[in-house]
Amino acid sequence: MWYHKPDVNEELLQSLPNLRIVASSGVGIDHLDLKLLSSYGVKVSNTPFVVSTDTADLGMALMLASSRRLVEGYEMAISPHTEYFPVDWLGAEVSGATLGIVGMGTIGYKVAERAKAFEMKILYHNRSQRKKEEESAVGAVYCKKIDDLLQQSDFVLLAVNLTPQTHKLIGKRELELMKPTATLINISRGLVVDQDALVEALQKKIIKAAALDVTYPEPLPRDHPLLKLKNVIITPHIGSATKKTRRIMMEEMIESIQAGLAGLPVPHEV
Amino acid sequence: LSQKVQAIYLWWHKPVIDQELLQSLPNLKVIANSGVGMDHLDLKLVSSFGVKMANAPRAVSSSTADAGMALLLASARRLVEVHHIAISPSMDYNEADILGVKVTGATLGIIGMGRIGYKIALRAKAFEMNILYHNRTRRKVQEEQAVGATYCEKLDSLLQQADFVMVVVSLTPQTRNLIGKRELELMKPTATLINISRGAVVDQEALVTALQTGVLGAAALDVTHPEPLPRDHPLLKLKNVLITPHLGIKTDKATYMITEEAVENILAALNGLPIPSEV
Repeated sequence: MWYHKPDVNEELLQSLPNLRIVASSGVGIDHLDLKLLSSYGVKVSNTPFVVSTDTADLGMALMLASSRRLVEGYEMAISPHTEYFPVDWLGAEVSGATLGIVGMGTIGYKVAERAKAFEMKILYHNRSQRKKEEESAVGAVYCKKIDDLLQQSDFVLLAVNLTPQTHKLIGKRELELMKPTATLINISRGLVVDQDALVEALQKKIIKAAALDVTYPEPLPRDHPLLKLKNVIITPHIGSATKKTRRIMMEEMIESIQAGLAGLPVPHEV
Repeated sequence: LSQKVQAIYLWWHKPVIDQELLQSLPNLKVIANSGVGMDHLDLKLVSSFGVKMANAPRAVSSSTADAGMALLLASARRLVEVHHIAISPSMDYNEADILGVKVTGATLGIIGMGRIGYKIALRAKAFEMNILYHNRTRRKVQEEQAVGATYCEKLDSLLQQADFVMVVVSLTPQTRNLIGKRELELMKPTATLINISRGAVVDQEALVTALQTGVLGAAALDVTHPEPLPRDHPLLKLKNVLITPHLGIKTDKATYMITEEAVENILAALNGLPIPSEV
């Protein structure tokens, strides 16, 4: 299964009586009805850890590109109309700024490790607090209330998985709690954010900018307001899109399939 | 007025410090530069008028190191390219065509391990990169160990092994055209050249050829020669080139700190005290 295709529904499952296993690419499994699959006796596997560093790298790339206005800068650098580079054209500094990580799982923690090297102040919100040694290794401060994180962060990075609890986790209220100079970075799932509320917040400058590797749907309809906002960077869900990682993902999926078909314990079973 | 001028705060090469200007300002004591590069100043000429010079090295290092990492990541993951695909009316692409290069675990070669180069090494280490560096002099062992950097006495050795080559030297007669046809050919065909130093450190024509013929994989340039490039320059049209408008120090924070550092230097000079960042 690659990027949610094919759609695994009742009809499909009924038509494939000998289906033993669905191997899904990537770590997210929000697109799969696990109860349904289990009722048909079908096993499910994903590729959980191999995607972590690339996704964390992308989170950092989006934060840096957004704050330093890389896309805008590139357009200025190559535009036929550019005669000189204006001296009052400035970005915002990442070094020493405050990063709030929402979702401190494997990916969130790897983002923290990277951000620490930029001397960023790191806050995090998670279902449960991490161990003290893990916190001190990256200098991260736990915010039991997400509000505390939102109010203090210059960059808010979402690295949660999509569950009924995280659906629209970031809505109008949360965006209004953020600093007007803050940037929202989403490398989790589009549905974690109330997209309409986000559009409004960006248009009214309630927050400064957004950088989104994920949206809902993917891709967005071509007339969607997010595509036109100057303070938004959108990438087409490329979190794990490197040659090396994709190859390993494929290998892991094949491993899981082979084990599933042979009746052996399935690696990365969900 | 010209008799009263004792200090000049130089903002992005203006005003031009030439013989005429120096002769017209008899009481000039100090020129404080905004930024760290001094290649636009004729140091001998200025000093022959008994005028002291200072730059702002501390203020620029973090923002320039950040910019270097920003360019490395954006280039590796093809950020600008895929952003344009994501917002384009047609959005017609094949997933296999937009794959990028994995940064974590890759080899970074830093040419010029001064303040800025070292900050880049600190950042790259957090991405678990394998760090090689080439410098006029070797850094202390503890400094190398702190970032896991391996010294390459020969530049060639660095060029042959690196997936990403980051140029962070100051522009001097020795570093002009440091990266030319020979150096580019030593690099891996899959490698990326990132320049955050000065355009003249790279032989631009050789770079164009290397990119066009597949000798070099990609380039990310915050600096060119001149700035901006003529609008018909081949570098502006190459798909595997990311160019940014010399934004290395262009942040609100850096601007503030540069001015603070310059004022410190100016006040010290006018009071006959040792200048903190004298050049």
